[in-house]
Amino acid sequence: MSSIKLKDVTKRYGDGYEAVKHLDLDIEDGEFMILVGPSGCGKSTALRMVAGLEDISEGDLEIGGRRVNDKAPKDRDIAMVFQNYALYPHMTVRENMGFALKLAKVDEAEIKRKVDEAAKTLDLTEHLERKPANLSGGQRQRVAMGRAIVREPAAFLMDEPLSNLDAKLRVQMRTEVSRIQQSLGVTTIYVTHDQTEAMTLGDRVAVMRAGVLQQVDTPRELYEHPVNLFVAGFIGSPAMNFFPAHVDGETLKLPMGEVPLPDGLRKGLESSGAAGELIAGLRPGDMEDAAIVDERHRDEGHVFEADIELVEAMGSESYAYFKLEGAAAQADELAELAAETGVADLGGGRDARVTARLSAESDIRSGTKAKLWMNTARLHLFNPQDGAAIGR
Amino acid sequence: MTMRTRYAGWTVVHLIVLTSALFPVLWILSLSLKTSGDVADGRLIPKSFSFDNYFGKTGIFKQSIFTDALVNSVVIASIATVISVVLASMAAYAIARLEFPGKRLILTSALAIAMFPPISIVGPLFNLWRDLGLFDTKAGLVIPYMTFTLPLAIYTLSAFFRDIPWELEHAAQMDGATPGQAFRKVILPLAAPGIFTTAILVFIFAWNDFVFAISLTSTGNAQTVPAAISQFTGASQFTAPIGSIAAAAVVVTIPIIIVVLFFQRRIVAGLTAGAVKG
Repeated sequence: MSSIKLKDVTKRYGDGYEAVKHLDLDIEDGEFMILVGPSGCGKSTALRMVAGLEDISEGDLEIGGRRVNDKAPKDRDIAMVFQNYALYPHMTVRENMGFALKLAKVDEAEIKRKVDEAAKTLDLTEHLERKPANLSGGQRQRVAMGRAIVREPAAFLMDEPLSNLDAKLRVQMRTEVSRIQQSLGVTTIYVTHDQTEAMTLGDRVAVMRAGVLQQVDTPRELYEHPVNLFVAGFIGSPAMNFFPAHVDGETLKLPMGEVPLPDGLRKGLESSGAAGELIAGLRPGDMEDAAIVDERHRDEGHVFEADIELVEAMGSESYAYFKLEGAAAQADELAELAAETGVADLGGGRDARVTARLSAESDIRSGTKAKLWMNTARLHLFNPQDGAAIGR
Repeated sequence: MTMRTRYAGWTVVHLIVLTSALFPVLWILSLSLKTSGDVADGRLIPKSFSFDNYFGKTGIFKQSIFTDALVNSVVIASIATVISVVLASMAAYAIARLEFPGKRLILTSALAIAMFPPISIVGPLFNLWRDLGLFDTKAGLVIPYMTFTLPLAIYTLSAFFRDIPWELEHAAQMDGATPGQAFRKVILPLAAPGIFTTAILVFIFAWNDFVFAISLTSTGNAQTVPAAISQFTGASQFTAPIGSIAAAAVVVTIPIIIVVLFFQRRIVAGLTAGAVKG
């Protein structure tokens, strides 16, 4: 077990393209660190540099306090789980899991003991003599995990290990991965593009975009205090709603009405010097059917009327969708987020589309006018030029 | 057209193709089993079966010209196959996995060599080999066989290597394998079907070759079977060695059939199935 430190690490390819730019990341001993971001953000490249599968162009990589830039993967004492599992198809599950130990010239009895033990943890005992081709997706995934576990390495690296599983199995394996990591207490770097996985698994989450680290924090901090538009839009499901905002003295003009400037934001605005046109963000969960918000809360927030286009009832809650006409927020980061998530109208288009999460008791129906309440204290403000969050 | 007539149509086509391919083989087999008096009787099924052409007093297995040639054929074709496949698999691996300057040049020049007709270089080679002392030696045949089969071998093998997911090598590296170990323990077993296919092609080329064999050899020292057959003589100067030629032709066909059947068992489709999710 060891800590992993990336100091100003850059990956530059022959054609000058920089996949990872000046990445600084401290991963503590035993920590579960998630690298998350849209495809092409450099998260996998960063992981592969830690693994030793890619050369580091600039900067230092330390594992357990030793600089390992020039060490071959096999000398770094780390194990990796690949997205497509990369099991050796000509070997049985037992041989797959014992391969690393065999290469390390561990004696047969010891290999057998360790493989049996790992197989027991992973519930693979009855499959040990089978070939990967005869296993289900979930079993293959567990074999890939097992191959990493038997070596008792200093760190685990996982490159989207769950993305090839179907939705139900993914949730199951997610818990499994978390359980194994906790019981072994091994430092882990886990790459994913799925923000739900990032939020549920990690001790800390590092959000990357276009090769640049945006924010490293606990999942809760990321959710509540995103440092910029990108992190705000990427973390959280359904995504945060964005719309233009205009600061005028003590009031904040929003497409759904004017609200007094919340205290936290006022201080931030003063210190950042930003003024005029801004972008406001509000999470779907910070809105509610005004009819079921008690009076005291209702006065603290802001009530407005919206033409509800659609209500999706999920059972425990429901999602209401409505439009704010001509109120689309414009920023480069939003456009990129929209392209990534496939929601073309997140940043583009002329109307802002808004999602609100309502409690199940709400009586709001599709195609009606309804009064909604928003928690103004939870408003986020962003500078439209550089996307930076204000006052957090 | 109904399904039935279409089916019948295909059956006829298949029969025609099969007959045209197999009839000459049957005819040679029949010739080799006839006695010298019956050779010209024009019957497919011999009047009387005789193994004289094989094992008789003047049968091919009693003639050193044939038995020496058979040994030469086996030795030369096997050596050429082994060297060619070993070199080709290393070259193909590099071509499939690495980006290096001159990669395209290697591939195009390999292709250019493959397009060269052997007859165009056999004359110069004859002179060269005599000066170098390679004329009428086994090495003198192994070298051109290897040269002419390498391009094909490199092409087939690099296609096979390219189909093996790169992650498997990375996984092996992470498991502590050196690049050499990763290649031997992970890639080679998976490329086995490709390697056997390539080996068969190389072996058949070397085994069947006539141009190099007839030009670059002169004695039983290195003469292979196709060259030796052309030197067969009849029992007297007035008899053509038809029976012996037929028997020799049948004998040289057998190893090819064995090789193909033997390796076919190894060419198991879908060996990589399950390595990665498709």
